[in-house]
Amino acid sequence: MASIKIRAKLEGDVTTVKALIQHPMDTGQVKDKKTGKLIPAHFIQEVNCEHNGNKVMTALWGPAVSKNPYLSFKFKGAKVGDTLKINWVDNKGESDAVETQVS
Amino acid sequence: MINMKRRTFLKGSVAASAVGAAMGAGLLTPRMVLAAWPTAAFEAKTVDSALDALMGSHALEGSDKISIRAPDIAENGAVVPVSVTTTIAGTESISIIAEKNSAPLTASFMLGKGAEGFVSTRIKMGKTSSVIAVVKAGGKMYSTGKEVKVTIGGCGG
Amino acid sequence: MKKLLTIIATLGMVSAASVAVQAGPQQDLAEFRAYFKDRFPDVPFNDYINGVYAVDQASREQWESIEEFPPYELNIDKGKKLFTTPFKNGKTYASCFPNNGIGIKQNYPYYDTKAGKLVTLEGAINACREANGEEPLGWEKGAIADISAYMAYTSRGNKIAIKVPADEGALAAYERGKQHFYAKRGQLNMSCADCHQYNAGNRVRADILSPALGHPTHFPVYRSKWGGLGTIHRRYGGCNKQVRAKPYKPQSAEYASLEYFETYMSNGLESNGPGARK
Repeated sequence: MASIKIRAKLEGDVTTVKALIQHPMDTGQVKDKKTGKLIPAHFIQEVNCEHNGNKVMTALWGPAVSKNPYLSFKFKGAKVGDTLKINWVDNKGESDAVETQVS
Repeated sequence: MINMKRRTFLKGSVAASAVGAAMGAGLLTPRMVLAAWPTAAFEAKTVDSALDALMGSHALEGSDKISIRAPDIAENGAVVPVSVTTTIAGTESISIIAEKNSAPLTASFMLGKGAEGFVSTRIKMGKTSSVIAVVKAGGKMYSTGKEVKVTIGGCGG
Repeated sequence: MKKLLTIIATLGMVSAASVAVQAGPQQDLAEFRAYFKDRFPDVPFNDYINGVYAVDQASREQWESIEEFPPYELNIDKGKKLFTTPFKNGKTYASCFPNNGIGIKQNYPYYDTKAGKLVTLEGAINACREANGEEPLGWEKGAIADISAYMAYTSRGNKIAIKVPADEGALAAYERGKQHFYAKRGQLNMSCADCHQYNAGNRVRADILSPALGHPTHFPVYRSKWGGLGTIHRRYGGCNKQVRAKPYKPQSAEYASLEYFETYMSNGLESNGPGARK
């Protein structure tokens, strides 16, 4: 589905991960201009990142995270070529996941 | 017994095969799917009640070992870049709170083994407010805040 | 000797006449650039491609944060996929454009002297679709903006090179665009120039006005306000509405002319799309 773009770069012993996710992050408080009805809440609730089987980071998000959300964090202990897995789950139970290599 | 969570996945717009492949590859373990999302914390209307719901307490100790990078005046309240860096040892989580948002808790990042005290994201702010970063470490909560002004622009369209 | 001088004088007059035909746009361009150089003496010429961020440090820092991983990257990916996917008849967009459509955005819009009309990039994209039996796309956002974003991305760094040939139709289109830029309109009775030339760098409420020099370089644009990508004609419509003037339709002759004039005024600046703005 390719809703996640990631870049994972190792500098020294710290890997910086940057991710951009395509998602409406609808708060449920905005009206559709055409129908006048509220657009239902539809936002990512959880983002996980795993490295070598370890959960490096779990982000818990509310609808106040911006549309097409961005995320960045850092961690130690990775080598170039290591695999990172990132996945997200939203309030409707939809999800996506992607793997990338540390460069 | 049918796994109800799995059925919800298949209804979603994500192609079932992609989800299936992801599940097969162990990317979406039931443990990840069923991680409890702290509804009460994200729906709380005040900073204190959000922290109570999320952490069990709202006792915060001011710390100069946390720094927030956010604009003084947000260009657009819908996309405010916020980065939090902390040097507090043993940081377990970093949470970002927009004090005057109708539901102040915007995001909480749980840091695992090896993770550094740094997170960056972009948040929505409804109005001028203090952005508060709360760091949980060693059973205590530390915080610092920064005011971010949100204005009415002149160039809509 | 007298005959020689007469001939030289005649030649001088003829060349002066053809120069007069060109003098309009070229002179306008020189004056336009001189205005901004005088207004913002510390801003290097090529920095104008960054719009308001060239003249305001505080918003520039926020923009740089966004540019670390700008949301339009998702649109470029989508655009590339759309651009390279063949039509039902097996052909692709590459067949409609010079250089297979790669690295050409800096030449648009151009005036097709044979057909007697302006060609904008989005116009060419839809013309390509229709020539290959496909339905045209909506003009303001969605697929057309994504394709334009991909084409813009492949053109990044190329210097804008709009031509206004010595052709009646081309000059008329240029002048129409120039007229639109300087004419007051709407309930608020303001022209594009009122904000983006005479008040560039000043505030309208809490927003800082971007300089018109460099405006078209970063389109299509991902605006936080739109929560998505839009074309330059989408923005023109929005701007007209803001001064409470009835907007023209996207890809109307009026907006195509305005885009032609504006882009010519940005000649020599690097093509910079797609961009991220508030």
